[in-house]
Amino acid sequence: MTASDTAQTPLKVEDLKVYYYTRRGPVKAVDGVSFELARGERLGLVGESGSGKSTIALALMMAHKRPARIEGGNILLNGSDLRQDSEEQIRRRRLSEIAMVPQGALNSLNPVMRIRDQIVDGLKDHGVRMSDGQFNDRVSELLISVGLSPDVASKYPHELSGGMKQRIAIAIAISMKPSVIIADEPTSALDVVVQRQVVQTLRDVQEQIGAAAIMIGHDMGLMAQFASRIGIMYGGKIAEIGPSASIFKDPKHPYTKLLISSLPDTRSKRRLESIPGLPPSLLMPPPGCVFHPRCPQAMEICARDIPLNRELSPDRFASCHLYQDEDVESV
Amino acid sequence: MMSSATQVRDSVSDSAVSNGDVLLHADGISKVFDSGTFKKVYTNALDPVTLSIPHSPPTITAVAGESGSGKTTLARTILGLVEPTTGHVIYNGRDISKMNRHEYAQFRREVQVIFQDPFESYNPFYKVDHVLRTPIRRYKLASSKSEIDGMVEDALRTVGLRPEETLGRHPHQLSGGQRQRVMVARAVMLNPKIIVADEPVSMVDASLRATILETLRAMNENLGISILYITHDLTTAYQLAENIVILYKGRVAEAGAVQNVINEPSHPYTQMLVDSIPQPDPDLQWGAQSPETGSDDAVSDGCNFYDRCTARMDQCTESPPPLYQTSTHRLSRCYLYQDAPTYEGNDLHGIFEIKSD
Repeated sequence: MTASDTAQTPLKVEDLKVYYYTRRGPVKAVDGVSFELARGERLGLVGESGSGKSTIALALMMAHKRPARIEGGNILLNGSDLRQDSEEQIRRRRLSEIAMVPQGALNSLNPVMRIRDQIVDGLKDHGVRMSDGQFNDRVSELLISVGLSPDVASKYPHELSGGMKQRIAIAIAISMKPSVIIADEPTSALDVVVQRQVVQTLRDVQEQIGAAAIMIGHDMGLMAQFASRIGIMYGGKIAEIGPSASIFKDPKHPYTKLLISSLPDTRSKRRLESIPGLPPSLLMPPPGCVFHPRCPQAMEICARDIPLNRELSPDRFASCHLYQDEDVESV
Repeated sequence: MMSSATQVRDSVSDSAVSNGDVLLHADGISKVFDSGTFKKVYTNALDPVTLSIPHSPPTITAVAGESGSGKTTLARTILGLVEPTTGHVIYNGRDISKMNRHEYAQFRREVQVIFQDPFESYNPFYKVDHVLRTPIRRYKLASSKSEIDGMVEDALRTVGLRPEETLGRHPHQLSGGQRQRVMVARAVMLNPKIIVADEPVSMVDASLRATILETLRAMNENLGISILYITHDLTTAYQLAENIVILYKGRVAEAGAVQNVINEPSHPYTQMLVDSIPQPDPDLQWGAQSPETGSDDAVSDGCNFYDRCTARMDQCTESPPPLYQTSTHRLSRCYLYQDAPTYEGNDLHGIFEIKSD
């Protein structure tokens, strides 16, 4: 990778495999996932429980814990593989190069520490040396950028609402201007109005600092609002990935098609469709394509061979036998 | 245009609904919680609400709002789990707080509840079978073991579960969607007249959500069960319910036929909620301006939405607006509609759009 490629591609994930080692055998939570993130891009990783999306988030932060183990693949952050780094190097690269907005900010903030100190802590820990006055200015600046009043600095977490706490978590995540921000279901416990504010705040600050962002979640509505590109995860793999607009308008993978048609909207009342069957066991995934037992378009080959990830059109990839033999142009 | 049947029902007033047509009548129920040991702090969780559920036709009504709106308090009061500070819950003509044991047992059987994640409160060591058999024994719905087994299997099939794949399993061995359907099966087995579903799909994956909601709809259409759907999600409320009540900080902000309320919200709060729905369509983007979250200029006497309202007027700080009837099937608690008549009927059911059967 050349230096200019690196500047344009802050994150490149290649064939990532993360397995959980259980007594009954390895659970293949993430099983061969590859994607790239361009500078300033917003990627949404969508999936249901057990699809592997949160495991990816942890692995990208190298924050996965036993019994999870990265089984293979590379995580190239700004051109250098996180997997080759020492614990200490990883610790320094977190927050400064890659930062995470956790699922429940309610649990990630220290209840007995003022907001100012929690923000300053991260900066100091990463070797930022300034006067107290300069730290205060930096904290005010960060709070304003996430739409909060600088007064919030002197408060404790319990004095803040859920939405405010989630914005503090965003402020901490951007405090070192990382090149990649990962947000794992950042609004899952919030009301719809607050959810909108938090997601819009995340988008604003991400644009301001020019970072790339990955939002992980199950809500296709939020993804449509946030992401410029969407990756659909199923059974530890990316079923399909491409620009948001084209994924919604012209889904290729049968799972994506069903997922999109199962979404309720408020335009017209209709019978709600659901996807028949159940998510796969990752301990004993079905042979061939992991989706084939639920797929209405399954063919003989689907139960036998794992479909390859193919580029169907520029920037549109899908792993499905329906498209394996087709010419790229004809799709 | 409305059918004549609907028009007749429109005119049903409060007094008319308190007679034999009414199955459940929540009559001006409110709830004030107090807290604090030395200095009492009172929280108005729910201002007085009157809502009826008729014997027929079976209805599906959504009660929607954010956290702190009072929607769960309303549900719990109707279920008799919370004692109202004012008002009464009348079931089959009897005040539930004055029922004898036999009447109360019947009420508890006929008005069933489905919670967000029921298995949190279940013993994880018991199998699914236990969850389903216990109520049959408690209410003595069957005498022999084979009769019990038959009932359990029928109920599971009704909600689209295969008994052989469900029975004998522990809760954690089922998916969230399956667990929730087991709870619907349990409720249905008791042959209830009303099901109160409190956020039944908020912990269920998108692909399975539809199954639960369609199961509830089928219970309503095929078994004649009325559904009270408590939710924060306007999208599923829109798809499932006929009528909706929007609660804000314990007060009814808007109520009416669900298509009117969601597609053309009248109250500034409902407008804010609807504008914030993340539509699953990249072409329907949120506006750039994020809505207000509330500020320090909340007023104590006036409208409780004043501090967040984009349409506020001086008048709004003086006294809380009443419910105005802005059209046949709509109430809105906002001075923007003060030219419309105030709603005298009191019972929200009076303005609901009732499907003609």
